[in-house]
Amino acid sequence: MVENAKLLEMYRQMLAIRFFEEKVFELYGQNLVPGTIHLYTGEEAVAVGVCANLRKDDYITSTHRGHGHCIAKGARLDKTMAEILGRKTGYCKGKGGSMHIADFSIGMLGATAVVGAGIPIAAGAGLSIKLRGTDQVVACFFGEGASNQGTFHEGINLTAVWSLPVVFVCENNLYAMGTRQSRVMAIENIADRAAAYGIPGVVVDGNDVLAVYEASRVAVERARQGEGPTLVECKTYRQKGHSRFDAAAYRPKEEVEKWLKKDPIARFQKRLFEIGILTETEVQNMVQEIKRSVDEATKFALESPFPEPEEALEDVYAEKGGAGAK
Amino acid sequence: MREVTVRDALREALREEMQRDKNVFLLGEDIGRYWGGAFGVTKGLAEEFGDDRVRDTPISESAIIGVGVGAAMTGMRPIAEIMFGDLSALAMDQICNQAAKIRYMFGGQARAPLVVRTPFGAGVNIASHHSQSLEAWFMHTPGLYVAAPSTPYDAKGLLKTAIRGNNPVFFVEHKLLYPVRGMIPDEEYTIPFGVADVKREGSDISIVATLYMVHKALVAAEQLSKEGISVEVVDPRTLVPLDKQAIVKSVKKTGRLVVVSEDCRTAGVSAEVAAIVVEEALDYLDAPIKRVAEPDTPIPFSPELEKHVIPDEKSIVKAVKETVSKF
Repeated sequence: MVENAKLLEMYRQMLAIRFFEEKVFELYGQNLVPGTIHLYTGEEAVAVGVCANLRKDDYITSTHRGHGHCIAKGARLDKTMAEILGRKTGYCKGKGGSMHIADFSIGMLGATAVVGAGIPIAAGAGLSIKLRGTDQVVACFFGEGASNQGTFHEGINLTAVWSLPVVFVCENNLYAMGTRQSRVMAIENIADRAAAYGIPGVVVDGNDVLAVYEASRVAVERARQGEGPTLVECKTYRQKGHSRFDAAAYRPKEEVEKWLKKDPIARFQKRLFEIGILTETEVQNMVQEIKRSVDEATKFALESPFPEPEEALEDVYAEKGGAGAK
Repeated sequence: MREVTVRDALREALREEMQRDKNVFLLGEDIGRYWGGAFGVTKGLAEEFGDDRVRDTPISESAIIGVGVGAAMTGMRPIAEIMFGDLSALAMDQICNQAAKIRYMFGGQARAPLVVRTPFGAGVNIASHHSQSLEAWFMHTPGLYVAAPSTPYDAKGLLKTAIRGNNPVFFVEHKLLYPVRGMIPDEEYTIPFGVADVKREGSDISIVATLYMVHKALVAAEQLSKEGISVEVVDPRTLVPLDKQAIVKSVKKTGRLVVVSEDCRTAGVSAEVAAIVVEEALDYLDAPIKRVAEPDTPIPFSPELEKHVIPDEKSIVKAVKETVSKF
């Protein structure tokens, strides 16, 4: 049984992701976000349910749709927002942006925007753990689209044969950009692919944070005990389009409505009301508090300077000046 | 001093660095106790350091490099071997989009001290998928260093520097160089990146050559000296960073330049070297620069065809004579 305090913290984190993403969307509409955005709205239960099983020194790898992973792993809202807005005070000093946020101080090994590329990298972090002899664990987030990349096969096979401490978390939101899973895969469950590597594969309701928590708890424990990887498939749905301009017209209205009814935050809230550890007033208070911290993060980001243009030439190599030095 | 082969020199560097730092480990296809690497570079290391630190992998180039990247980001110093350089194409995303960019796109908070060792080069009749020289691909990727040693001394010293550094290094070996012999000191040494070596001093013309072409250039230089032409041979040793100063200095001295590289002519190593000299020493040139390079074809199989496209001593001599004859 999960402790009450932990349940409330998970709920709070899901709200934080939701309001953070809504703010990003709002800022985007005001032309304050350069480039593009891929919002995590609707998928909060996955990142939060998985990361609730992780320690600070555990690792995660993330994707182009990564804001939720960062927040669930404990990243600061202000530095995250500043990075999304391209500011000097952002996690990556404005060099990464929305698709490349990293915070190595909390084991967030960064988001890669190449679909599937994080899978072998997570395997490498797992190998590093094994060689260093610690009991850390890696959670590797990716979408169902990534499971069609060669890196999925190569990375999971190798992780399995070397019995590395990695939990592969497939966020199956049914669509790879605009391509519905059934158009590009002859199977329904990505987790079935686990059989090909001789590892456990489980399917969970990715909009039920407790189901995600429980499945990943088992997977994390297994990994921590040196028993190898697990593939956890979380069935979920993005409530927004793929990226900035995508109205997601390729999705049937009924389907969207069906999934909106399964909103992970509303469901969890109902559950917490039922077991009597959360009240409407407490929700209001929590919402106020979260909105305040999102607003503060936004203020911090908006008041932060952009990087100096010459900073574009830094951080290419460990040595200052790098390759062009001579 | 003692005489060793390039293969031995590389192995010594690996062994010494593995002894020095427990975070250094090797991974690659058939590098372990059953084979010791396709070219025998890692022979004996699994026996000495164990299978955990000399890891045979599945045939999964993308995962080999990806695992190297993930391990490097979390405190290890992996050395990945790609059996043939041509196969680095299979790991291109992990090398060029991941390893090379991790420091930069994460704002300097991460590092990926990964060494990717791989042999390039033609000369053993194994055709288009095992003979190319693709080093320019990696020169074109900011964030990577590219080492290209031509002697046992350079191979050992540069590999040790690559392993100890905090950048991803694409370490180019040439398959014809593995048995080439040379002297190395008994004591510990490293060679800094970005420092060219003048392999032969001369006054009439400079040849900038890389990898196996250094040896062909030296043979050509010896022959030309008998005809009264004094050739200087400059070996950059690392292509990134490239020792522009040394190249420019040599050209300012001789006033003439031939660039010899086994990779394709177009947008290749020879093009880069020529461009640098045009930018920085045009006024010192007494004749147009000549390039001796692969003529933009895949590498053919049949020995006569292969010989035709790979620069040799004869083509170097010819280029030098044409350059020297111009006033």
